[in-house]
Amino acid sequence: MRPLTDEETKTMFEKLSKYIGENIKLLVDRPDGTYCFRLHNDRVYYMSEKILKLATNISRDKLVSVGTCFGKFTKTQKFRLHITALDFLAPYAKFKVWVKPGAEQSFLYGNHVLKSGLGRITENTNQYQGVVVYSMADVPLGFGVAAKSTQECRRVDPMAIVVFHQADVGEFIRSEDTLT
Amino acid sequence: MAACSVEQLLAKAEAEEAEKLNSITVKKELDLEFDIGNLLAFDKNRVEVAVFRQQKKDEFLLALARDNTQLLINEIWKQPTERVEEAIVAKLPDPVTPLPREKPPPKAKPPTKWEQFAKLKGIQKKKKTNLVWDETAKEWRRRWGYKRVNDGTKEWLIEVPETADPNEDQFAKRVKAKKERVAKNEFNRLKNIARAQKGKAPGLGLTPKAQQSKDELARAVSVAKSSTASVGRFQDRLPKEKPPKNTGKKRKFEPLIGNFSNEKQKQLELLQVMDSKKPKMDITKAVNKQMREEDREEAAAKYKKGAGKRGRKGNMPGKGKGKGGKGKGGKGRAGGGGGKGRAGGGGGGGKKRSKPGKK
Repeated sequence: MRPLTDEETKTMFEKLSKYIGENIKLLVDRPDGTYCFRLHNDRVYYMSEKILKLATNISRDKLVSVGTCFGKFTKTQKFRLHITALDFLAPYAKFKVWVKPGAEQSFLYGNHVLKSGLGRITENTNQYQGVVVYSMADVPLGFGVAAKSTQECRRVDPMAIVVFHQADVGEFIRSEDTLT
Repeated sequence: MAACSVEQLLAKAEAEEAEKLNSITVKKELDLEFDIGNLLAFDKNRVEVAVFRQQKKDEFLLALARDNTQLLINEIWKQPTERVEEAIVAKLPDPVTPLPREKPPPKAKPPTKWEQFAKLKGIQKKKKTNLVWDETAKEWRRRWGYKRVNDGTKEWLIEVPETADPNEDQFAKRVKAKKERVAKNEFNRLKNIARAQKGKAPGLGLTPKAQQSKDELARAVSVAKSSTASVGRFQDRLPKEKPPKNTGKKRKFEPLIGNFSNEKQKQLELLQVMDSKKPKMDITKAVNKQMREEDREEAAAKYKKGAGKRGRKGNMPGKGKGKGGKGKGGKGRAGGGGGKGRAGGGGGGGKKRSKPGKK
């Protein structure tokens, strides 16, 4: 385990800011305790300092996971967000997409969201903006990237993709082995 | 009476004398062997075990040591003495006893590349004479060195070969070739040494080559800079030279549980910098807004036209139908605007449309 270098922190923040914008400040600077990011086996974990201090007692090869895994750095140092970060993205999300009950299951199986399944979308969403996907009952289902801006969404035909799927809560069952 | 006392005195003196002598002379069955060069005395006299066990061991050993030391010193006094600064010094002969090695013997050196090759091919070393008969000078000249037979540097004329560039300097070419050969030989010599010691040969880029890449040169510079007694700490830097970020193989990271507030501070600063870099005016938004305005005007115009024909049916739903998207603006707008305007005018207030709503 080690803290992130400057470049790694920058890459990670850039990725996070696509979804939560400037609310990253609220993750870094929390009123209820010091939380920090640490890197272990190319994965970024977010944990309180209490947990961190406990984790130092476990050897590197035996340590599987600490706190919440936000994502991992690929071989070429690109940052990939995992579904396990949803708990921290959902409350701070800037751009949200609500999905109709019929299309919910499709999204949870890993498919993209079509115009026909789109319930609501935040106004002023740009194209390729990071969005968090909710069900109509305001339950966060996952996150993705807006394929069309809000304006365009109104005009496209019902079979067009409006949100590219990136992660959904169904992955907890599908990719149980690879999530840490 | 006086004679008696004198006799007694003499006897006492003699007894003392004898005692002293006794202490100096030591009687031993077998003589000791001496190696005065190593200050070594070797006592081969037997010690009866039964006798040894009876006596007091400490005293016996002490007496034995005293006797042997006395004999050794007697032997030393037999050597030629000289006076060195208020002290009498005996000159010792050369040591006789061979002592074992202090350090292990040196290992055989691994053969060099040439030696390996020669062994493989069976090439023997041929002894060459130092002097060679020089026909032109009609005398014996050296094979190499000062006033040698074939001195290439003394030539005043070098023919330009057919295939060479006429403007090329052949003399300079010769000098350069010699330099390269010398450097190559030196490099091979170092490699042989490195192979013998199983050490590392100088790294890539440190030996001069014809074409050196940028990072080879950078590495050579950094190595040269740190090859001082203080490992480069007090070397000045050129005005625009950046400090080396990480030339070593081991990366250095922050400590795991460092200063949390420092970390937080750095991250917040990073976020601030990132925020400032983002453009304040969102171009897409501005373009969209502009397009929306234009659409609205167009729609309003068409509505008025339509209203003129069919009569007012009420306000158009006041939501702006901006034709968003950067690229599609032109075409989409014209067609869409026209269509929607008409539909809006026709449909009026009564029709409820299902479309993505605003939050």
